[in-house]
Amino acid sequence: MNFKLKTIVPQLITVLAVILVFGFFTYNAQINMENRGIDFGYGFLSQESSFDVQFSLIEYDGSHSYFRAYLVGLLNTILVSVIGIIIATVIGVIVGIARLSPNYLINKFAAFYVEFFRNIPLLLQIFFWYFAALRALPLPQDAEAMFGVFFLTIKGLYVPAFIWENLNIFFYSLVAAVISIIIIKTYAKKVQETQGKQIPVFLIGIGLIFSLPLLSFLIGGVNLSFEVPKLKQLATTSFIYEGGVSLPPELIALTLSLSLYTATFIAECVRAGIQGVGKGQKEAAASIGLTPNQVLKLVIMPQALRIIIPPTTNQYLNLTKNSSLAAAIAYPDLVLVFAGTALMQTGKAIEIVSITMLTYLSLSVSISILMNWYNKKIAIKEK
Amino acid sequence: MSKINFLKPDKSNLQIFLYSGTFLFFISILDVFLNAFFRVNLTFFLPGFLSFLLPLILGFIGLYFIRIELSGVKKLDLINKHINTNNFNAILSLLIIFVIIKSIPPILSWFFIEASFAGDTKDVCTGSGACWTYIKVWFRRFMYGMYPNAEQWRINLSFIALALLGSVGYFATDKFKKYLTLYYVVIYPLIAFLFIFFFISGGPIFFDFSYGIIAAIISIIVGFFIPSKFKFYYFLIIPFALYIILKYFIFFEEAIELGKLDGLNWVETGAWGGLSLTFIISFFCLIFCFPIGMAFALGRRSGFPLIRYISIGFIEFWRGVPLITVLFMSAVMFPMFLPEDFFIDKLVRAIIAISLFEAAYVAEVIRGGLQALPRGQYEAAKSLGMGYWKMHIFVILPQALKLVIPGIANTFLALVKDTPLIFVVGLLEIVGMLNLAKTNPKWLGFAMEGYVFAAIIFWIICYAMSKYSYNLEQKYKTDR
Repeated sequence: MNFKLKTIVPQLITVLAVILVFGFFTYNAQINMENRGIDFGYGFLSQESSFDVQFSLIEYDGSHSYFRAYLVGLLNTILVSVIGIIIATVIGVIVGIARLSPNYLINKFAAFYVEFFRNIPLLLQIFFWYFAALRALPLPQDAEAMFGVFFLTIKGLYVPAFIWENLNIFFYSLVAAVISIIIIKTYAKKVQETQGKQIPVFLIGIGLIFSLPLLSFLIGGVNLSFEVPKLKQLATTSFIYEGGVSLPPELIALTLSLSLYTATFIAECVRAGIQGVGKGQKEAAASIGLTPNQVLKLVIMPQALRIIIPPTTNQYLNLTKNSSLAAAIAYPDLVLVFAGTALMQTGKAIEIVSITMLTYLSLSVSISILMNWYNKKIAIKEK
Repeated sequence: MSKINFLKPDKSNLQIFLYSGTFLFFISILDVFLNAFFRVNLTFFLPGFLSFLLPLILGFIGLYFIRIELSGVKKLDLINKHINTNNFNAILSLLIIFVIIKSIPPILSWFFIEASFAGDTKDVCTGSGACWTYIKVWFRRFMYGMYPNAEQWRINLSFIALALLGSVGYFATDKFKKYLTLYYVVIYPLIAFLFIFFFISGGPIFFDFSYGIIAAIISIIVGFFIPSKFKFYYFLIIPFALYIILKYFIFFEEAIELGKLDGLNWVETGAWGGLSLTFIISFFCLIFCFPIGMAFALGRRSGFPLIRYISIGFIEFWRGVPLITVLFMSAVMFPMFLPEDFFIDKLVRAIIAISLFEAAYVAEVIRGGLQALPRGQYEAAKSLGMGYWKMHIFVILPQALKLVIPGIANTFLALVKDTPLIFVVGLLEIVGMLNLAKTNPKWLGFAMEGYVFAAIIFWIICYAMSKYSYNLEQKYKTDR
């Protein structure tokens, strides 16, 4: 009896306290909303939003619903995160490997990069790129073309647009290439296990991934042309580029600062991962006659990745969450479009903030579930 | 010995290789140097791209020549080992050297040579360099926000006094060392709070907050004398009870009015800002997030399933959302959850929001430390007859916290770097003030100077913190 009491009472009190706090909040919220004449509900999502968004991946204007505005914001957030993650990974891996270089200069250069960008607040970096660095770019009429087709101006980056014909065939050919590579890989593994022969999977793979899409161009009727942006005069001093794809300066500033900042953390993860593989592993692999490339591929990397991937995923998540700082420079991401403009218009504070938080929450919870699954899969299985 | 091998040195022509290699290497560096500093192009007679690439080619050949294994010259071996191990490294080294040399003159001229320091209007900034006059004119705003100029000595005095009081630990003799934890955990935050309450604010701002703090501190002090059996119930009930008693039964407003220092004007929190606000927010969030995080870390490892689930829910919720939405919540959603007459200052709301947010991260870090401890430590403590609280306070936590010093330092660093986000609730610390100053019609066009200034300040703070945490880690490192 005494034992039971000891385990139940503290839990009961804690739960009661939590319920009390939440009850207190809900009670107040109800009274406050009644006093102000606000009714609670998510019905506003289907109403007409009547505000415009500068930059959108899907078709959107004021006549669409609030839910559509939410999708616009979410897609913009995802766009920034994906570009940021790719650039950050590339920079992070290079810098992380450079940190381990025996070359003193490269080593110190990488260390300088990491220490420099890591210790300055991200918001400050975003402001710096957006308000100071990108403002120094030329006006559209003065911009010089890079490689003839890219135009970097104060109004954003203009790149040529791809115009596809029969894009689906091209896509199918890519899928076919990937599938055949997977089949060849499993077959090669089987051959190696049974006969000890090695098939150059990598070369075959490269050949396939280039040749199949190429075939789709030659036979499948796929056609690709570029639309190069052209300068157009609106008024005597006002110029604009037409055609092509334009990336707004907000997007450039945001991806640049996010990836430069996150790359420092990824670099540290990579360095820790490679350093975490014992020296003996490398020596043992070399002593059984593996070539340096094989040592890296078969011994070091599989073990290092096990250490690198979990913290790196965390950094990807951080990048996604940090992309919400977009609101500070008016890049129309989820927070700005939905928790900013839509909230101002509808006044539905509780509903909108809760939806926004839930979106981020479900994003990070799903990734951490994926991560746990992956961790379990690659964990060293002890016999 | 009949023919000379041009590409590989041997004993006889070692010197030739050495001298010619060094000569070529220095020529290449000299060329870049003269080009960068004096705009002299030594190789003007060559066609454009060759003249541009020549230093790289010469330097590469030079480094190739002096790449001699076991040459017997110590300095050469050192160079070869560090920057010249193979062709690839040689090119990278050369590129880095060139980039450094090339970037020195523009940086120097922007920061110092072409920069303007004198005067106090925009007109003096005509050079191509930085306009430090802008920083000079706005310096007080960047440091103190909208805090009235005549009252700024109050912030200075408080910060100096708190810094001195904070350094007590270094001067304490062995006799007083054992009280240091109590001092830093309870007394010092109390003193800091009183300073900010009476001195920097000088008026009634923090009301409900101050009841809470006083209730918490009194209950912590009394809590030391409560037998560990009842500690859990004690901490669950007494702080809230004390808070309600303080608020509704003791007329604390009057007590504070009595204690108010004569002659100090009230400065509302909306006027606070600049770097001092960064410090104030970081300081309080740091103090609050640590115990909250510790509590939730223990809760997550608790044997009671309900407490464990609540802790997990709390931690994962705060870790899953970005800080900016949390601040949004504290700005627009939180007031809806409180009774109408219940007003909480927006600075306090921001501090609560950031503290809860960072507490979740602290909790995960501390949990890592708790998990890393071997079971034997728990079992040994239990076999000595220690209860839950005694075991954790005297055996587990001291070891676990020692293990996670780097993690906690990283969280605190993130906290300091997150403070600029309070612009969401309308508070302007240094970055916010920069954005305000940037839009002032009299001072348009000096965004760069402002951001560089703030970046240098933040960099120094954060770098110092990370180095300090590294030292701490080394100091408390014990072999287990």
